Amino acid sequence: MSRVEDAVTGTVVPPRADDPAITPELVAEHGLSEEEYERVCRVMGREPTFTELGVFSAMWSEHCGYKNSKRLLRLLPTEAPWVMQGPGENAGVIEVGDGYALAFKIESHNHPSAVEPYQGAATGVGGILRDIFTMGARPVAVLDSLRFGDLDSPRVRYLFGGVVRGVGDYGNCVGIPNIGGEVVFDRGYEGNPIVNAMCLGLMKKEELITASASGVGNSLMAVGARTGRDGIHGATFASEELSDDADESSRPRVQVGDPFTEKLLLEASLELIKSGAITGIQDMGAAGITSSASEMAGRAGNGVEIEMALVPVREEGMTPYEILLSESQERMLVVAEKGREDEVRRILEKWELEAAEIGRVTDDGRFRVLEGGAVVADIPALPLTDGCPTYEREGIEGEEVQALRAVDLSEHLIPEGDLTKSLLMLLGSPNVASKRWVYEQYDSTVRTGTAVRPGGDAGVIRIRGSKKAIAATTDCNGRFVYLEPRTGAKIAVAEAARNLVCVGAVPTAITNNLNFGNPLKPHIYFQLRESVLGMAEACALFETPVTGGNVSLFNETDGRAIYPTPVIGMVGIIEDVDKLVRHAFRAVGDDIVVMGTNEGEMGGSEYLYVTADLVAGAPPRVDLEAERALQQAVLRMIHETVLRSAHDCSEGGLACALAESALGSNGEAPLGVDVELDDELRPVEALFSESQGRIVVSCAPEHTDEVLRIAGLYDVPARRIGSVTAAQAGFRIRTRDGSVDAQLDDLSDAFFGALPRIMDAPAASGT
Amino acid sequence: MKVAVLTFPGSNCDYDLYKAVQQVGADPTFVWHRERGLSGYEAVVLPGGFSYGDYLRPGAIARLSPIMEDVIGFARDGGPVLGICNGFQILCEVGLLPGALVRNESIRFSSKDVHLRVERADTLFTTGYVAGQVLRVPIAHGDGNYEADEETLDRLEAEGRVVFRYTDERGAATTEANPNGSHRNIAGIVNEAGNVLGMMPHPERAMEDVLGSTDGIGLFQSLMTSLSGATG
Repeated sequence: MSRVEDAVTGTVVPPRADDPAITPELVAEHGLSEEEYERVCRVMGREPTFTELGVFSAMWSEHCGYKNSKRLLRLLPTEAPWVMQGPGENAGVIEVGDGYALAFKIESHNHPSAVEPYQGAATGVGGILRDIFTMGARPVAVLDSLRFGDLDSPRVRYLFGGVVRGVGDYGNCVGIPNIGGEVVFDRGYEGNPIVNAMCLGLMKKEELITASASGVGNSLMAVGARTGRDGIHGATFASEELSDDADESSRPRVQVGDPFTEKLLLEASLELIKSGAITGIQDMGAAGITSSASEMAGRAGNGVEIEMALVPVREEGMTPYEILLSESQERMLVVAEKGREDEVRRILEKWELEAAEIGRVTDDGRFRVLEGGAVVADIPALPLTDGCPTYEREGIEGEEVQALRAVDLSEHLIPEGDLTKSLLMLLGSPNVASKRWVYEQYDSTVRTGTAVRPGGDAGVIRIRGSKKAIAATTDCNGRFVYLEPRTGAKIAVAEAARNLVCVGAVPTAITNNLNFGNPLKPHIYFQLRESVLGMAEACALFETPVTGGNVSLFNETDGRAIYPTPVIGMVGIIEDVDKLVRHAFRAVGDDIVVMGTNEGEMGGSEYLYVTADLVAGAPPRVDLEAERALQQAVLRMIHETVLRSAHDCSEGGLACALAESALGSNGEAPLGVDVELDDELRPVEALFSESQGRIVVSCAPEHTDEVLRIAGLYDVPARRIGSVTAAQAGFRIRTRDGSVDAQLDDLSDAFFGALPRIMDAPAASGT
Repeated sequence: MKVAVLTFPGSNCDYDLYKAVQQVGADPTFVWHRERGLSGYEAVVLPGGFSYGDYLRPGAIARLSPIMEDVIGFARDGGPVLGICNGFQILCEVGLLPGALVRNESIRFSSKDVHLRVERADTLFTTGYVAGQVLRVPIAHGDGNYEADEETLDRLEAEGRVVFRYTDERGAATTEANPNGSHRNIAGIVNEAGNVLGMMPHPERAMEDVLGSTDGIGLFQSLMTSLSGATG
């Protein structure tokens, strides 16, 4: 950090009349430790003013400064020939081919959603859309990865309903299709819902623009909505634990979204970028003007000077502190080429939006703020953006988890009723059940690009005028990560890749969202470190570099942390959209083939959670080399067009995977199944084990030999287990000791009816 | 054949509609809501979306846009006008079509494929279908619940102005097949002269196999055929 500290000049800035005195209590309230505050003073060469303290508090929060995660994140692979933009920008960008580039990123809005689910989730979507279109890309798809406590709590139903409505209303209004994601319910998320939103945007390669304040003398312009008093200190808020009364006291820190303005801002921004009148553009997201201006200056190695009196505000009397830290939504900071400010203004006017010159790019490396000409903050920009102290904490595995992993599960593996009943129970569990209740609230077909809608293994967006398509998925089984973080993280990457492969996409790159508890606690830091290590290993093996993402720590309420949840948002490329495969069975008489091996592992399974209310045991083992071979084999089969369907085997095991393929997700006519499993396993294990590395495919009987031959080429175990039958023949699976025999109507009712029964019951409308 | 694709602040199906018009061989042009004059266009289409965010009431502000005066004139002169989703809502707000689209009965946004029965195959927009044919087309709306007083509904029925009705896949107009609570399962209607069609479902999203359905092509082709017949 010596270079950073060399920049110190220690200019004198007199305090403003109404500013509170800087006391140790005030520093602590701003989330800075004593050491960190000393560092601030060193960097400044003096004590900061109140305004400056606010700025440091935001920029050196976990949310902006990654102080507890940066050292770990460096362990992740970030490079590949197809990566055009890695971590550090608004979003990662990869090359797609045919002259196209794909920008994509995932981001969390956990804390706001816990307090105000509708606005919290809505603004989460708004923020991630802006991260994409500020790269020059037009958003083409959204995915949402959501986690809540168990639905028997009215509070959880309220949160779930509100979040879904928020995600939907915002994306629907802007007109970006939602193509997938995941929804998980587990008491591990009670009190701390996880709301991660991912966005994908397409552009021509040459349209890529980055967020840097280049060109000394260029103008800084505030564009879009006005700055108000909402969301002040959201970044700091997102970096601390919630208390029980967080609801009431924290609500003012939650922002309010306006998707209509966002839509106008989207169109205006893309037009601005095309015009060439601007050299950089960034969302005023977390920490608002402060982070956007200082980060853009930092990237260009320049300084910025901003006059508070020129910032369009919603209300009179806002202090520089408030203006700088406001997180009012739908605002952008734009660097306009000197002399072209009017051009920028005209484009914004067409979209009925405001643009105001608020400052300029300087050559002195300072982040300087004026109020009516008087300097109120004067901070060296580089230490502000890059000088945030980073920590390596102590990480020790918690004893509770070690004990859970050692639990003997065998007493739970004899079903109380019959196996058919167990299957119906699992299909009706909110985790396995169809999420139709959710995704029917999301416009999934606007923009006429959606080739695979929500409900499948991965969402697919075709690229108009090209044979290619983009597939995307989000995955993470938090129970597995909780029970054994390194294994769980590897599984998350492997499952994401498997999901993409099931639609015929080659896994290409990752954005990740690390949702964890308080990293100052050794057992949480252990989870974080182990997860990153597992993720790094899997990403390297699958050649899926991490191009960016988000870290959300301190997801705890009253000292109880969420399951460690490193959500993987993975994108893949389909070379020929006409060859894509979906998960639903297609024709009576087709053969069903299972690839991979069932090891009978039950640790952390949905079966245990549903039947024994238990999260215990060791998670399934994961053999990354075998996974890769499996994925390559399936891609080859899809390329040779010998498959009719492909479906990943995950929550609820093989029996649930078969049921999902039998029932489809988009109004397909259901088909029957006649399968025999001869594994030397208990029936419960044969049906419901969540052993990794398995994909269920179906094919016309004349292609079965070819399917098995290709599997053999890649040394992937594969065997025909039965065939697709007419719906009237029912859903039948025989194991060595017991069988499942169900009518499709009953499966369908359990699977599709579960969420509506919970959410549409009169009492469920909530608190 | 020149087709004006109107865009309002907040339109988001404008591009999709543009592409659909283009796919059947017509020549679409985006017309911004503040422009004036529609001479030279042979048809006008109003896309879906959330004009002005739908914050007041869907279509309530868009109807005040300068271009809407021209749309009214264009329609009075017999020019074909097609409004889809938010476009339908605007046409009702501006009085070119009777009734109103109110909040879905479920009070939730609803996005899925529905089945539509073609009630009239003799309008400008539907000659490519046969009466009774069942189409599969996506819907995506929060305010698609068609409402009008009984007298208006009876008149619409009597005059054969209900063009599309929500049905099951076999063509039965059941309550279960009604996605939003619309009176009499009404999904699309025409004005008295038959040259203005409003519908909630999105035929422009059902133009290609890769998107799940091609049942929307017929509507745009019908419009093309009617117009080339009229001019040539």
